Amino acid sequence: MNIPILLFFIFALLAVAGALLLILAREPIHSAVALILVMVALAALYLLLGAPFIAAVQIIVYAGAIMVLFVFVIMLLNAGVEERTNWSKVAKYAGLPLGLFLLLYLGHWLARSFVGGTVANGSGALATAQSTRELSFLLFQKYMFPFEATSILILIAILGALVLAKREP
Amino acid sequence: MEFIAQHPVLVVSLVKIVVLLFVALTTLAYLTWFERKVVAHIQSRWGPYYVGAHGLLQPLADGVKFLFKEDLTPPQADKFLYVLAPFLALSLALTTLALIPFGPATIYVLGHPTQLVIANIDLGVLFLFAITSIGVYGVALAGWSSNSKYPLLGGLRSSAQMISYEVSITLSVVGVLLLAGSLDFNEIIEHQRGYFHYLPFIPRWHVVPQIVGFLCYITAAIAETNRVPFDLPEAETELVAGFHTEYSSFKFAMFFMAEYANMITVSCLATILFFGGWLSPFPDSWTFLQFLPGALLLLTGLYTAYDTARQTRGMARLQLGFVTLLAFGIGALCLLPGVRPVIQGPFWFLTKVLAFLFFYVWTRGTLPRFRYDQLMSFGWKLLLPVSLLNLLATSAWFLYGWVKHG
Amino acid sequence: MTVVPISYYLVLSAILFGLGVVAFVFKHNIITIYMAIELMLNAVNLAFVAFARAHNQLDGLVFVFFVIVVAAAEAAVGLAIAITIAHNRQSLNVERVNLLKF
Repeated sequence: MNIPILLFFIFALLAVAGALLLILAREPIHSAVALILVMVALAALYLLLGAPFIAAVQIIVYAGAIMVLFVFVIMLLNAGVEERTNWSKVAKYAGLPLGLFLLLYLGHWLARSFVGGTVANGSGALATAQSTRELSFLLFQKYMFPFEATSILILIAILGALVLAKREP
Repeated sequence: MEFIAQHPVLVVSLVKIVVLLFVALTTLAYLTWFERKVVAHIQSRWGPYYVGAHGLLQPLADGVKFLFKEDLTPPQADKFLYVLAPFLALSLALTTLALIPFGPATIYVLGHPTQLVIANIDLGVLFLFAITSIGVYGVALAGWSSNSKYPLLGGLRSSAQMISYEVSITLSVVGVLLLAGSLDFNEIIEHQRGYFHYLPFIPRWHVVPQIVGFLCYITAAIAETNRVPFDLPEAETELVAGFHTEYSSFKFAMFFMAEYANMITVSCLATILFFGGWLSPFPDSWTFLQFLPGALLLLTGLYTAYDTARQTRGMARLQLGFVTLLAFGIGALCLLPGVRPVIQGPFWFLTKVLAFLFFYVWTRGTLPRFRYDQLMSFGWKLLLPVSLLNLLATSAWFLYGWVKHG
Repeated sequence: MTVVPISYYLVLSAILFGLGVVAFVFKHNIITIYMAIELMLNAVNLAFVAFARAHNQLDGLVFVFFVIVVAAAEAAVGLAIAITIAHNRQSLNVERVNLLKF
């Protein structure tokens, strides 16, 4: 058992534990904290895959801003314990086996895909010191149009959120 | 012994972590003493002077008091989050110290050569901002889990303030990153070597071309760490004590330490990005300045020796005598020819960080605090546009070739 | 130094995606359902980064960047909708938003 595989299993177990806590938690704030745990574990996995810039962006944006937004909304709406409604038995008896089937099917075919054999270590074209520079070249030259479109999308989202959350005078 | 030989990096890192933790926690404790003394002198009084000579044992007394207080938990508080929040705050605040380089020299720990930094990451600036952005959760979860009105309001306000000023901090730093051309701390410091062409007595520190960025940074940093004048969410006359109202004993001490640790981190970052890090402001050719750390410490030792002789109480004499011996000992150590070149970097770095911390404490003693709506409108309507304009101006400078890319 | 095969990362991504789908189907609180969507997006991000590493190209990382940014915009608007629903229906239970139900 050497260090990279050990680290992978530690962070993979943390991610799966976080996802299970998200499902099993009774209060939404505990689900939010579980999701933060998943995101931090995934950031560590991105580091193991040799993408430090994406790991930092994931923590700054996803775990540090989006999840803060979730936590704020949970606090503002005072979301308490979920009530249990049993309006559909179909979901309970057919949903869980179907979900597990989806999971196993995807996992099986991803494991047998043609990239399944290649290996990952922390090095390679992604993790060099110049990789941030090359990533920014890609972002601003080849993917310039999606970049600008995303910035307009963010502007629209800000306006939409402002309009939706405004109180009637 | 074979473990050390087989995993040298791990063991050396552990040794460095232990040393840094020890130094950081002692600095935290004496930073509280420093703050109380300076604020007291600003307010024409003496501050702590009873507990030990010149109040030097006051942090120890405070620590013992915090340990022995009753540890209350409010009823119907969310127990898991209530305990998690202070741990999160303190551990994240101390983790950021692992990224900071203290000097350029290569030292030998257990026979293995290593740098004076625990984690030498290529994207150091980005990871430091990542860690400070998770620090918001310590405040928000503390406010929520206390199950009480004042902590909830204080927690919401504090965390809203922190995320608002986080945007301004990140933008005001980007100008420096453009100048230096790298996210690595060591490269940013190396870019600040030397002097300006037309003004050869001003060192090429980033504060000179990026003065607007520096002012935005220091304002946003004071707001980010919830210090006066931006400390309405935790001021005593406003919201009892804000998000840490319901905390007692050691958990409160952890929040307290986390705030000071955040202060130290932000000061270290300001030093590295704007003030040349471990570079000396004097030319490197003035080699007689290598004796400066040792000389300063010996002078301090002489002053404390004089003070020891002046004391009347026996215990105070013992304590000051110990401080004198410590000052003389470390001063003599800094004059040794083996230690002298290594200690230069950390000496200048710590001097600059101490100057920043003094500025922080000076601001606390001098300025009144902002109201919360004034605080938020200042952050979004003034500081963010100014940071953006600074970024635009720096980019325009580069585009038109007035400043060459480093 | 032996290393981790890419398929391990892909299986983990599939597991997280499946758990996200299960959470989406079974939870009643609108905010928790939203968090399940974010979990699914994260699982997809992991798959993208794993594939970028497998092919040694940086384009996958650019796509991850865009997914994160679009998820941020979507979270902002979605949570605004959630707040509006909470004010109108006085409950965060998604099964109470059933006025258009057949």
